[in-house]
Amino acid sequence: MNEPSPETTPAIEISQLTTRFGDHVVHADLDLLVHPTEIFALVGGSGSGKSTLLREIILLQQPASGSIKVLGVDLENISDPAALALRQRWGVMFQSGGLFGSLTIRENVGLPLREHSGLADPLIDEIADWKLAMTGLEPSVGAKYPSELSGGMMKRASLARALALDPELLFLDEPTAGLDPESAEEIDRLIKKLRDLFGLGIVIITHDLDLLWQIADRVGVLADGKMQGIGSMSELAQLDHPAVRKFFDGPRGRAAQSGVK
Amino acid sequence: MTQTPATAARFTRTKPLELALSGSWTVRGIGRIDSELETLAVPSGVAVVIDASRIDAFDSAGAWIVHKLLHRLHGASGQAEIRDLRPEFVRLLDVVGQEIAQQASTSPPDAVKPLNKLESLGRGTADALEQGVALLAFVGESSLALSGWIAHPARIRWRPILYNIRSAGFDALPIVGLLSFLLGVVVAYQGADQLRQYGANIFVADLVGLSMLREFAPLITAIIVAGRSGSAYAAQIGSMAVSEEIDAMRTIGIAPLEMLVLPKVIALFIALPLLTVFADVLGVFGGMIMARAQLAVSYPEFLDRFAKTVSVTAYLIGISKAPVFAAIIVTVGCFQGFRTHGGADSVGLQTTRSVVQSIFLVIVADALFSVAFSALDL
Repeated sequence: MNEPSPETTPAIEISQLTTRFGDHVVHADLDLLVHPTEIFALVGGSGSGKSTLLREIILLQQPASGSIKVLGVDLENISDPAALALRQRWGVMFQSGGLFGSLTIRENVGLPLREHSGLADPLIDEIADWKLAMTGLEPSVGAKYPSELSGGMMKRASLARALALDPELLFLDEPTAGLDPESAEEIDRLIKKLRDLFGLGIVIITHDLDLLWQIADRVGVLADGKMQGIGSMSELAQLDHPAVRKFFDGPRGRAAQSGVK
Repeated sequence: MTQTPATAARFTRTKPLELALSGSWTVRGIGRIDSELETLAVPSGVAVVIDASRIDAFDSAGAWIVHKLLHRLHGASGQAEIRDLRPEFVRLLDVVGQEIAQQASTSPPDAVKPLNKLESLGRGTADALEQGVALLAFVGESSLALSGWIAHPARIRWRPILYNIRSAGFDALPIVGLLSFLLGVVVAYQGADQLRQYGANIFVADLVGLSMLREFAPLITAIIVAGRSGSAYAAQIGSMAVSEEIDAMRTIGIAPLEMLVLPKVIALFIALPLLTVFADVLGVFGGMIMARAQLAVSYPEFLDRFAKTVSVTAYLIGISKAPVFAAIIVTVGCFQGFRTHGGADSVGLQTTRSVVQSIFLVIVADALFSVAFSALDL
């Protein structure tokens, strides 16, 4: 929020990115630009390298070559203190939650605060409870352990933890996968609300067509190691690339599209 | 950038009824200002004004604290007002207000009270009893499944049995051999001094032979296997339980006991006695080497004495314990594995339990054997 010029620094800037696993090329000279405060959705078939791309952006994996800049910081040869500082500026919600099984939900959400701020413990608990409430969880959930929660509650709790430090950039890996339609809709609304409220940039990996149509500002389609199309859903609908067509043709694609119109 | 060290959040009392807030009211800037604000005393019944014009960074933690402050002042003085907060910050403060209103309408979570001594003792006892009953049930179910296999040998799954014989038996040969060899060396070495005093050097064969064959070889083998394979059983079954593989097995119509437990039982019934024989041989061999080095008892002398004094009964007594130890190790390991629920933590916990409990039970069983054998004059 206190970026000097948030309008001009892109949230993510990737150029000439190449990733290989042995002989298998995952990304070949991939370029991508994500604007600040936009909801950007990354889609692509299984094995297209979406998750690998996310892992490279959040410093869990190193690309073979190419440059990645996140919030204006170049990830190549980043020093440990700079990486630590950068990690506090984003929040990540993992597909299966990634909540620590030995901590209660409240402790899970409060962990980033406890680790990176000098706040008093009672205050951290209050803030954690508030973040839980913001993601639509009952206060009683805070005292439970992750193994006692349903899939949807895990996702919310994980989102609350990702929000603990008021990040500037939020990464969501399959936020609606495995949720019932109602919960998925609530997550949609929640994501939108968060962006409007905190002016967050949000990057979503998803297969959820409804989510794409409802909340994504721009969508990037990843196939054959490159971004095959980037734009709003209605712009992409005009494209003829087979990897892009998959999201519009077929009964599900058409149903989601007609749900918007 | 947010990373430039945030200026600390501050408040000053410009006038008796006016507070000026400044600096970064963010996670990094707030520090312990919360407790300082708590101590702020305001006369009741008068309006307080908060000047927020010099707040230059504001996040949800800051909004939370400012909201709490407003709320408290409102309660104390009847009126509190915040002025000149930047518009983008005002929105954040409003949201906090809404959420708090919602939170207040739902009941606060019950604080978890620490258990008092009596209660935790009671709970511990109940847990132990429950676990004992569950163990008994598990032994019963496994026995039933085993008798099913014996009645219908066609159902026996040979591949996992052979696999388990290799992993729990054959692969353990080096470590079992090395440790029992060393144990034989130690026993002979410790006995050497005493025996030499009485010129009873040749009795080292009695000492090493009887102690290794009757006690040490079966025990050390069982303890190694409990640590090596018992823990693996618990971890394997535990992680399968966590990832719903065991449920999947049931729905496909494979009995988990037949697939996971019985092959291990049969494999260890075969492997542990054989490992014990191997440990016998290497243990005595270690003692023999030490006898020559320390007591000048040559190999032929040692073996001659060994054949005379160490009876076949001593050997069989040692071997006969092995199947019992095998049953303990497999039962405890698999049982603790099946009791895993929840996440990775639980797998670790149950694995630890399985090793501790199986070693404990192996030693208890060994003690009971000693009592029984001495009562039977064996």
